[in-house]
Amino acid sequence: MLRLLRQAPLSAKIGIAIVFLNIFAAIFAPIIAPYEETSIVGDVWEVFSGKFYLGTDHIGRDLFTRMMFGARNTIILAFITTFLSFLVGSTLGFIAAVKGSWTDNILSRIIDIIMAFPTLIFALMILSVMGSSVPTLIFTIAILDSTRVYRLSRAVAMDIEVMEFVEAARLRGEGLWWLMRHEILPNAMPPLMAEFGLRFCFVFLFIASLSFLGLGLQPPLADWGGMVRENAGAITFGIYTPLIPAGAIALLTVGVNLIVDWFLHLSSGLHE
Amino acid sequence: MKNLLEIKNLYIEAYYDEQWQPIVRNINLHLKRGEVLGLIGESGAGKSTIGLAAMGFTRQGCRLASGSINLDGTEIKDASAAELKAIRGSKIAYVAQSAAASFNPSHKVIKQYAEAPVHHGLMGYEEAEEEAIELYRRLFLPTPEKIGYRYPHELSGGQLQRSMVAMAMSCKPDIIVFDEPTTALDVTTQIEVLAAVKEITKKMNKAALYITHDLAVVAQVAHRIMVLRNGRLVEEGETCELLENPKEKYTRELLNVRSTRQEKNNSDEMGIILNIKKVSATYTGQENVLDDIDLVVSKGQTVALVGESGSGKSTLARVITGLLPATRGSVTFLGKELPLQLRKREKEDLRRMQMIYQMPDTALNPRQTVRKVIGRPIEFYFGIKGREKDEKIRELLEKIELDPDSYINRMTTELSGGEKQRICIARALAAEPELIICDEVTSALDQLVAEGLLDLLQDLQNKTNVSYLFITHDLATVKAIADKIVIMLKGRIVEQGEKAEVLSPPHHEYTDKLLASVPEMDPNWLDNLLASRASAFI
Repeated sequence: MLRLLRQAPLSAKIGIAIVFLNIFAAIFAPIIAPYEETSIVGDVWEVFSGKFYLGTDHIGRDLFTRMMFGARNTIILAFITTFLSFLVGSTLGFIAAVKGSWTDNILSRIIDIIMAFPTLIFALMILSVMGSSVPTLIFTIAILDSTRVYRLSRAVAMDIEVMEFVEAARLRGEGLWWLMRHEILPNAMPPLMAEFGLRFCFVFLFIASLSFLGLGLQPPLADWGGMVRENAGAITFGIYTPLIPAGAIALLTVGVNLIVDWFLHLSSGLHE
Repeated sequence: MKNLLEIKNLYIEAYYDEQWQPIVRNINLHLKRGEVLGLIGESGAGKSTIGLAAMGFTRQGCRLASGSINLDGTEIKDASAAELKAIRGSKIAYVAQSAAASFNPSHKVIKQYAEAPVHHGLMGYEEAEEEAIELYRRLFLPTPEKIGYRYPHELSGGQLQRSMVAMAMSCKPDIIVFDEPTTALDVTTQIEVLAAVKEITKKMNKAALYITHDLAVVAQVAHRIMVLRNGRLVEEGETCELLENPKEKYTRELLNVRSTRQEKNNSDEMGIILNIKKVSATYTGQENVLDDIDLVVSKGQTVALVGESGSGKSTLARVITGLLPATRGSVTFLGKELPLQLRKREKEDLRRMQMIYQMPDTALNPRQTVRKVIGRPIEFYFGIKGREKDEKIRELLEKIELDPDSYINRMTTELSGGEKQRICIARALAAEPELIICDEVTSALDQLVAEGLLDLLQDLQNKTNVSYLFITHDLATVKAIADKIVIMLKGRIVEQGEKAEVLSPPHHEYTDKLLASVPEMDPNWLDNLLASRASAFI
């Protein structure tokens, strides 16, 4: 593992550094952050200073503190959501590939129906009916995202399913669980891992855009998308504040994608 | 006559274990116009590496370390990329092992032929087409005027390989490197390609390097033979001379591999274990791939199922195992009629019938260790776990002649082809079966490795009295291992019986053709065969 890391290209190392920085901030936010997440400590939209490293936001909260807590809320939320969507999506995808015929048809058509709705509109609909709590948020996005994961894992599993070692396991009389867990999953891991990174970014951006529309995490919880929205007005006055959370979103997305590229490269078997 | 190609003191190195290590050592080689030089050896002997080096090319991670490669007066070793580009195709051309994989599936064959000469500016497209048709005719392709206007998937393997040869000829090179051009073909199609190779070298006065692992094949086309092993020259000589009195032990081994095993006194008295009656099967629902098959396998017996590709051999195996349920007929195994579908069969019946596949690479999960591959059937069928399972795995590894300590924890990707196939055998044996279906188990392996594997199978049969249903297109294997022979053509059985009976005349017309197509260690065999077939047509 360490050796693999050492051999990683520079771009991947940069990506890993960015992600680690974010995770570090998320975990240690309560310890490092100079102020409370929601306490008002200064004037509105103050500039950089020794007191407020990144200035203050639209009601005078410390932006640096809010950024760290925002990382905490958003990244953890995005991670749980992506994990859930992979659990559901890949399980269903593998079942469809292994079982084939009717099971595959029924599952695939249901997924098609869900995919026919634009994601954002579907999410807005559910969230405005069910109310925007953290569990509904996770659940809604995970279900919507699992359709994409289903597509990929079904396709990957189909390729593996025709291999003779799967046939050998079938001839042995192995059940569905063994085929999925021991024959298919280990071989489907590289593309799924890479997809996990990408999906993580999408979920992250999705939560950010839902927050921007007012249906994501609710104030006064800090999250990056919400922070962009709250401070958006400042742009008109030439104040940089909303650019900081927006930049953080961009940076994390780029970081994760750099790692994903590296994974894709490894799993494609090109070792140049 | 002056040498077209002259390689002197060639060393080629590969980069592994973090340093450059030689994989080809001190090779000297020369080739005159009209001459065919055969390079022979098992895989890893460096034959392809030398063949590619003659074109100034090395695979990734390799380099031409020292020595010289002189092609018709030009030193290739230090040539620039532009010089090499001009030489390749026009002076020296390459025919790869798998033509099917080398053609672009979405262009017509003749268009791909014309690409190189048009690109090199030798002729216009129409002129190239005319030349292609002429070459197709000379290479005995059917309907030469039309065949080029088909897509690669519309041609058979042998036809593709011959159009590949034509393609290599398109820029009129002086030397052609044939890299195992017939290895992937069955015996009847192999003849077509060999005849084409012979035509080119003889009548068109080209020189050729012919790379193969099959001594009988190279004996047909080559004037001289170089035997290679581990990147070194073992022996070199004129074909007849080398075949008649080989000096080195390794060459003699290569010559002797096709020995037959001792005759076993066998009959059906031991009891029938597999009885197939009137079985038909189809993939599409309309056309039958198998038609009215009757087949019997007795205890401790090896039944060889022979036929060319597409004859339905593997389909029959799928029907017996239940992967493809038969549309008609019955499969009786150990006195009990089995359900035709796999999922309706009982675990105990599945245990008693095991299968070994053609491609050990795809038959083993690349993400599992040897321990898991062999251990699973033991655990699954007998419920044995922990230390006891471990001991069983070690026992099985010893049975297949692999050292338990060094193999048990390896990933399946860390094994060679022959070792992988041995692991597949161990996996089948772990279930303690009564019948093992072997689907072309040796055809992806080198001659010596295959021979070792056949010996092992034979040995295991003597010890455990297991029966084999041995599917193959290689009659040499059949002669070596079978008790009974069943010959299939187009989904039907054309002849079956005891080995001696089927192999001795009179036999069915198709059996005759199959038998006659197996190359023999006689340099004149191909010429005689072609002459006799030609006279039969007139």
